Amino acid sequence: MTAVAEAPSGRHIGRSLRRKEDPRLVCGRARYIDDISLPGTLWAAFVRSPEAHARVVSIDSSAALEREGVRAVFVGEDLADLAGPLPLAWVPPGTTVNNPPHWPLARGTVKHVGDPVAVVIGDDRYGVADALEDVIVEYDPLPVVTDPEAALKGAPFVHEELGTNETHRWSLGGGDLEAGFAEADVIVERRIVNHRTAGAPMETRGVLADYRAGALTVWSSTQVPHFLRLFLAILLGLSEERVRVIAPEVGGGFGSKLQIYGEEVVAAWASRRLGQPVKWIETRSENLSVTHQGRDQIDRVRMGAKRDGTLTALHVEITADLGAYNMLLTPAIPSLGAFVMSGVYRIPAVRTDIVGVFTNKCPTDAIRGAGRPEATHIIEVTLDQLAHELGIDPLEIRRRNFIPADQFPAQVAVGVTYDSGDYEKTLSRLLEHVDIDGFRAEQERLRGEGVYRGIGFSTYTEICGLAPTRVVGPQGFGNQAGFWESAMIRVHNTGAVTAYTGCSPHGQGHETTFAQIVADRLGVDPQVVEVVHGDTGTGPEGRNTYGSRSLAVGGEALARAAGKIADKARAIVAHKLEAAPEDIELVDGRFVVRGSPDRGMTLAEVAGAAYLNDVPEGMEPGLESTAFWDPDNFVFPFGAHACIVEVDPDTGRVRILRYVAVDDCGRAINPLVIDGQVHGGVAHAIGQALYEQVVYDERGQLVTGTFVNYALPTAAELPSFETDRTETPSPVNSLGVKGVGEAGTIAASAAVTNAVIDALRPLGVQFINMPLTPQRIWEAIQGADRQGGGQR
Amino acid sequence: MSSTVNVRLNVNGVEHTLEVEPRLLLVHALRDQLGLTGTHVGCDTSNCGACTVHMDGRAVKSCTVLAVQAEGSEITTIEGIGSEEQMHPMQEAFWANHGLQCGYCTPGMIMAAIALLDENPNPTEEEVRRGLEGNLCRCTGYHNIVKSVLDAASKMGGVPA
Repeated sequence: MTAVAEAPSGRHIGRSLRRKEDPRLVCGRARYIDDISLPGTLWAAFVRSPEAHARVVSIDSSAALEREGVRAVFVGEDLADLAGPLPLAWVPPGTTVNNPPHWPLARGTVKHVGDPVAVVIGDDRYGVADALEDVIVEYDPLPVVTDPEAALKGAPFVHEELGTNETHRWSLGGGDLEAGFAEADVIVERRIVNHRTAGAPMETRGVLADYRAGALTVWSSTQVPHFLRLFLAILLGLSEERVRVIAPEVGGGFGSKLQIYGEEVVAAWASRRLGQPVKWIETRSENLSVTHQGRDQIDRVRMGAKRDGTLTALHVEITADLGAYNMLLTPAIPSLGAFVMSGVYRIPAVRTDIVGVFTNKCPTDAIRGAGRPEATHIIEVTLDQLAHELGIDPLEIRRRNFIPADQFPAQVAVGVTYDSGDYEKTLSRLLEHVDIDGFRAEQERLRGEGVYRGIGFSTYTEICGLAPTRVVGPQGFGNQAGFWESAMIRVHNTGAVTAYTGCSPHGQGHETTFAQIVADRLGVDPQVVEVVHGDTGTGPEGRNTYGSRSLAVGGEALARAAGKIADKARAIVAHKLEAAPEDIELVDGRFVVRGSPDRGMTLAEVAGAAYLNDVPEGMEPGLESTAFWDPDNFVFPFGAHACIVEVDPDTGRVRILRYVAVDDCGRAINPLVIDGQVHGGVAHAIGQALYEQVVYDERGQLVTGTFVNYALPTAAELPSFETDRTETPSPVNSLGVKGVGEAGTIAASAAVTNAVIDALRPLGVQFINMPLTPQRIWEAIQGADRQGGGQR
Repeated sequence: MSSTVNVRLNVNGVEHTLEVEPRLLLVHALRDQLGLTGTHVGCDTSNCGACTVHMDGRAVKSCTVLAVQAEGSEITTIEGIGSEEQMHPMQEAFWANHGLQCGYCTPGMIMAAIALLDENPNPTEEEVRRGLEGNLCRCTGYHNIVKSVLDAASKMGGVPA
């Protein structure tokens, strides 16, 4: 790995600028997918299976077609001209994945509740919803399997033709596991469940497709317009440049819109068939039943250590419930956790063995954190269990095993190299905010009064900045794409700047943070830098936004494109002022001659010269640039979180009293935005730890199909968060930045769980799995009473 | 096609007579017939509050009100409280305090928060949290939303607790 020379920080990087995108958002002037209409737009609605597994005997759409305003009803076989089923783009290397076809409309059988069997297309939103009731589908129910461990044992099979429910097996390890466990004085084993959750962005999905004159334009509430363009082109047999995908304002994604969905394909196909625009807006019940879900792992964990707490080995066996089909990245998601299964610790031997399983449930795929929240939960909860077993303080065992700051870049057992880190520093900073001795004294005193409080910690790292094509691409980890990011910059005659990025944000604030980066490199105010994104027709090529990659990859691409402009500006200024280009420097918004600050030009003046072709001999006129950036390594944000809870032993209710997060995402571009990302990320994980769970009954019926029973946390359940930050620059990019969009989610579930266990220990509960609902905690307390303690 | 009826509404100070199906939701009348797309739909079950508007001065979830139920009412939507040039103090506070990320819940959240301050101009943090229980946000963890509302309260004349 080569270090990238660090660029000087200018005036705007590091400032908590108000977001440029906000005025339209707070005034109701933003345009989300359902706000966009075209003349002649038809509406689509999907007939979905009420059965978890069934043969489709017949579909009678005659009554629906008789309704006024209904234009067409299509079933799976009508889409016979599609070039193929929905894509699986990422198979971990060295394995094959059972991958039965997953069609946009089911063909012959349905595999989970909500699987679409037909689409009704008509003149208006209410009319197509009515007509759904008139499509008569006869199902012949088949046996259902929902328990992944049972599914591995044999029939019934989700895909009968496979004769197994196993999708694939994949392992990643390094070091001598057997020797590591042989060396251990203590080995703890736990069965940790990272249960299934929903992404649940506040805006559901939606698509508007318009096929005209041999070209397709699609507006979709997606995180990945470029990927969607590619796959729509492939599936519909169009040349890629004939497809334009626009991500309008996107109301949250959290990974759930990193997907190529059947509804997008059907809308585009139907627009071409019917010669009119076709629009579909997902209902919330659809969102909770058919938009891909996340997590859903049963993890058998063994962690070994010497008496003094020194870790010797970690073995994790993951049973990953992938649901009924593979989607875009489904089988690769649990693997992402394997890369950072060492956490922030020196562990000589680490191994993760994954088995993927089909069940009759909605498919899983990337949801905020994607494999890394599971890994942190596994490591950090098990480490606390080990500390307790050894009688070592949970903070002390962490410190004894931290990778020391002077060992970075640090290669861990599985071969991954962490770019930078200083774990002791973030933990020390955390403890400036949390008086642990004071808490322990208070905890002890309150126990005497029957009040049970606990504190839990999570010291985490994660892997993000999804790029290095050489690592994750076709020659590496098997993803069939290059993972660079790109940028284009145009300086206008006025000196204003338009910056086009291939990233595609959905709430993260790129229009502001990216403007700060460009502004610093060009010596202008961020207010004159407009960041344009999310349109494959007008922007550069792109790889879009997910996996906390935008800043470290897309932000760096923009910095480099701006650097090219600055270089050209220096040459033009040198030419105009008769100086040497190397003597021109950017000072206070002007390109000036070194040593003569009164001799210089603003960017607007440079642009004026560039467009008048008043440039050095042989130089092109104009002031634009393009850059692609494909770094050498990932980036590895890290941090230390603490959670303090109070548990009511009579009701099992958990109340979070304090949540303190110290994160290090490299150099901070905009602290206001960083804190916001941490707040939301932590809240997402608190949701998983305490409230949220996708539940299917044993017949595969979804129990949590609305927000009535899928419990997103509200303002009343959450505390105000306390955040702080350390800055350890990444050597991977010139900005020194890492990602922060997922960090809170990756860190927090373990801190909450450890805090609850800490509170419950005097009641005999030593271990408990999420979600830590009142009922589950109450049952654990009752069970501990009966059994005199012990594990659950 | 179902039969239609006429509904008279005053929306953001403008009188409208709309021809609607009796089952038409107020939110769809506002969005699809009047083009006021700042009011959003986030769920099917009145849980999320993205569709919150004011009806005769009270916050209602417009997905839970039929357009015909609003006959003769004064409706205020996010578009009616301020503009990008002249924001309502609550809009300004959400901007200043980074009280939004994707922005989808924001109009409903702002309308609910204004109604909350109408009833209680000087709320505690706890009262703000309880008061916004009917509005869901997935991005912010509510931290900066609560901060925004408390900030707006102090600027709108309430005295910080």
